[in-house]
Amino acid sequence: MPDPAALSDLDAGPSGLAVSLRGVTKVYDSGVEALGPLDLDVRSGEFVSLLGPSGCGKSTALRLIAGLNAPTSGTVRVSNRADRAQTGQSIGFVFQEPTLMPWASVRENVRLPLKLARVPVAEANARINAALAQVGLAEFADSFPRELSGGMKMRVSLARALVTDPDILLMDEPFAALDEFTRFRLNNDLLSLWGNLRKTVIFVTHSVFESVYLSQRVIVMTARPGRISAEFRIDAPESRGEEFRTSAAYAGYCREVSKALAPSYDENADR
Amino acid sequence: MKPPPATPIPAAKARPKSKSKRRALDVVRILLPVAVLAAGIAVWGLVVRLNDIPPYVLPGPLMVFHTLVNDWPVLWQSLLTTLLTTLEGFAAAAVGGIALALLFNQSRWLEYSLFPYAVILQVTPVIAIAPLLLIYLPQQTAVIVCAWIVGFFPVLSNTTLGLNSVDRNLAGLFQLYGASRLQTLRYLKLPAALPFILGGLRIAGGLSLIGAVVAEIAAGSAGAGAGLAYRIAESGYRLNIPRMFAALLLLSVAGIVIYGLLALVSHLILRRWHESALGKES
Repeated sequence: MPDPAALSDLDAGPSGLAVSLRGVTKVYDSGVEALGPLDLDVRSGEFVSLLGPSGCGKSTALRLIAGLNAPTSGTVRVSNRADRAQTGQSIGFVFQEPTLMPWASVRENVRLPLKLARVPVAEANARINAALAQVGLAEFADSFPRELSGGMKMRVSLARALVTDPDILLMDEPFAALDEFTRFRLNNDLLSLWGNLRKTVIFVTHSVFESVYLSQRVIVMTARPGRISAEFRIDAPESRGEEFRTSAAYAGYCREVSKALAPSYDENADR
Repeated sequence: MKPPPATPIPAAKARPKSKSKRRALDVVRILLPVAVLAAGIAVWGLVVRLNDIPPYVLPGPLMVFHTLVNDWPVLWQSLLTTLLTTLEGFAAAAVGGIALALLFNQSRWLEYSLFPYAVILQVTPVIAIAPLLLIYLPQQTAVIVCAWIVGFFPVLSNTTLGLNSVDRNLAGLFQLYGASRLQTLRYLKLPAALPFILGGLRIAGGLSLIGAVVAEIAAGSAGAGAGLAYRIAESGYRLNIPRMFAALLLLSVAGIVIYGLLALVSHLILRRWHESALGKES
């Protein structure tokens, strides 16, 4: 558990920026222009979706924010709490695949970020248990990844991202490979986690419905090189559920967002 | 309404059937080679007896067995010598192969400069290298070096393959959390390479025995410290064919035991997570 000082430090800047990109581009060595130029501000505690066709560079944007790749030009700024030793600790990353170590139990998979940061074992154990409880997997701590369903593996991946108590959660199409029912459940769980923890979430997806259901703000991107083509603020109650999913407002948002997304796909088809 | 009640019944029946079928198959898989062995020995004995073949041409199975029992003190001593050489060669191959692969993985320059020589060492027949080694090295060392030369390459190439097959996203995760080189090696690359390393070791075990035998034959040393391969050569000169067979039998058994032990170790280490050790039920 973080000490109170750290918490107040985080609370001090709810209106501050968590992530700020200015004129960011990415050209891969192969000459492919993947991204940009892109300007993006994400407020602290905000839930933002990046929505776009496959290969539009939204995953690239996420990797740049995480510091996994360097931008070709432009600046990437990520706010960092004063008590953090490394930037890595302030960011949690959830990949499209669960990306678990098959040789390690659920507990050891979740322990990884803490082990790499050399957190003392007793403290690490408490935090692992808390993170597993948050995603509802407390009973499966000693299972191995292969013994879990796809949805459960994704939950482990989420617990691993949460265990460092990051300020920012980056999610790269995390539920894309799951069946619809599991996906709905994980969406709801993610929303309630976000409601409790108030992390900044940047969520990459190619599903209009998912982005509208989850986010406060949906950012629509064009086909490669990815740029922002439209932005939607989703004004809906923060405790969303089946009621919101079946509401006329939800359907209206989805229609608008789909309309904004359509040109990106046409462009894609032309190539 | 008819299909729903109809389907569960054959399904429920089919399950125990397939299970017992599988068990029967397992028994057959063990029984068949044993039956072939027994038949082979019986035919061998018959051929020797019916044709009155003298033991210095082809001894019967019973005679080989008697030799095995009577010459046990000599053969046992030789077996121990060969096994010790094999073990030392195997240990050197394991340590050397894994260490070289780790070095290559850390430095591309080193890999580019040295890997071709590892291949050359591997493709040059050890039987041709052994006499040279015996000139320059003390005999015991030369024998171990031979076992090492034959055994280390599969370990090296398998470990290299394993270290290079790390999941890209997992590597990204380690980078994100600021893992040091050593941490990445210890917590990511080595565990990911483990199934490959164990596969290499399984091959190296048998090859080390071959290397030891080849070197012993090339060395041709006599006396108390002589290995099984030397016993075979020596018995050949003396036309003690039954002892040749007995020593050969022991070598075969040693090879089987080495392979079985390494397969068992590999299974025990990987059984909780790796596909190769999970069996058919999951």
